[in-house]
Amino acid sequence: MNSVVRDNIDDLEIRLLLEALFQRYHYDFRSYARASIKRRLIQARDQLGFASLSAMQESLLHEPATLGRLLGYLTVQVSEMFRDPAYFRALREKVVPHLRTYPSLKVWVAGCSHGEELYSLAILFREEGLEERTIFYATDINPAALKAAQAGVYPLDQIKKFTTNHQKSGGKSSLSDYYTADYGRAIFDKSLRSRVVFSDHSLVTDAVFGEMHLISCRNVLIYFDAGLQDRTIGLFRDSLARKGFLGLGSKESLRFSSHAGAFADFVREEKIYQRRDG
Amino acid sequence: MSGAPGKAIAIGGSAGAVQALLKILPALPADYPYPVLIVVHVPPGRDNALVPLFQTRSRVAVKEAEDKEPALPGFVYFAPADYHLLAEADGTLSLSSEEPVNMSRPAIDVLFESAADAFGPRLTAIVLTGANHDGAEGLRAVVDAGGEAVVEDPADAYAPAMPEAALKACAGAARMSLEAIADHLLKLGAA
Repeated sequence: MNSVVRDNIDDLEIRLLLEALFQRYHYDFRSYARASIKRRLIQARDQLGFASLSAMQESLLHEPATLGRLLGYLTVQVSEMFRDPAYFRALREKVVPHLRTYPSLKVWVAGCSHGEELYSLAILFREEGLEERTIFYATDINPAALKAAQAGVYPLDQIKKFTTNHQKSGGKSSLSDYYTADYGRAIFDKSLRSRVVFSDHSLVTDAVFGEMHLISCRNVLIYFDAGLQDRTIGLFRDSLARKGFLGLGSKESLRFSSHAGAFADFVREEKIYQRRDG
Repeated sequence: MSGAPGKAIAIGGSAGAVQALLKILPALPADYPYPVLIVVHVPPGRDNALVPLFQTRSRVAVKEAEDKEPALPGFVYFAPADYHLLAEADGTLSLSSEEPVNMSRPAIDVLFESAADAFGPRLTAIVLTGANHDGAEGLRAVVDAGGEAVVEDPADAYAPAMPEAALKACAGAARMSLEAIADHLLKLGAA
């Protein structure tokens, strides 16, 4: 079989599997950036021991347990606390002064995965004295990831990195104030999530999430194709209060979005945007 | 999925790759007819020193790859530090913060495998100097998809391990000196 024919079969199998996943479970990965989703599907096929993507699809249709295992591959879960400390420093120094002017605040961490970004923001808001007037919404499509975010437990060997990042972000306390170490794990203080609502939400298929003052969504959009990125940015615009802030990953931008005009650069180099009036 | 337009060049390097690229990229004319996608292993950090370094020494346009931008002829795209760079079948580029591959992010295998899919026989992939084995599997994917595999001659390489691993994975790959690689790219561009 020549390589062109084989590649077309791979691509056909991927389209069919993503369609099956949507039809059967309403998880919609059909508009994810194709090269990365293909990598992860092939990784899942090999590591879960399926002979082909079609075999994995058959199992997915008939064995609901396969869904949970596959979602772990399809959603990228690699992150760290205070990843890109300059982003959090910019939030602290440039965005927080604006947020202080509101009596109550809503913050949405969209695609929260295991919660590293959520806990980073909760700590930052506590340090800045804003936590008590804030409700955080942490959403993800993967129930296992949401569960991990609610647990707030990370391998202890990551803490050194998290601590350095926290200091570089302008942290006013010691990260060790917020966790206890136990058998190689760092367990974050449950008081950090007393103001957090965890929720199953899909940026692909679900609707607006209401009157947010800050949406932080980092390294999520890069997994979407251009059309889905654009839809999501429209969803963020509609979910933000006027003058609300949107923070993206350091390599994400609104440059290629049809909604770019609805936002102004707020801290350009950190990809922090502000929704315009009206 | 329909194929991407035109040909593309993908290059991967690690230890010693900057010096190696200094013998290749300045040779390309401003109107080089293909996009050149490059992964060099660099430590995580916000500022990519490679881009300014090569901008001042090259006639082709040199930039850091942005998510979802089209890969255009006459442009050299470097993977940003701490992100994988992938080629899409519609001729655009994607970034990813998936886990490191071969302990590297960006990883050469990720670029090569995605570019093999996107460009098939219209891809030339080149493995340069390096002290690990990243790029070897990706180069095999390039050959499997009908693309051309080129490897820096380990005898001349600053760090021979990576070219040796690539040659072991792809026995049919062309082994070339850096000067020959530059000439080869020019010939491809003139064809």
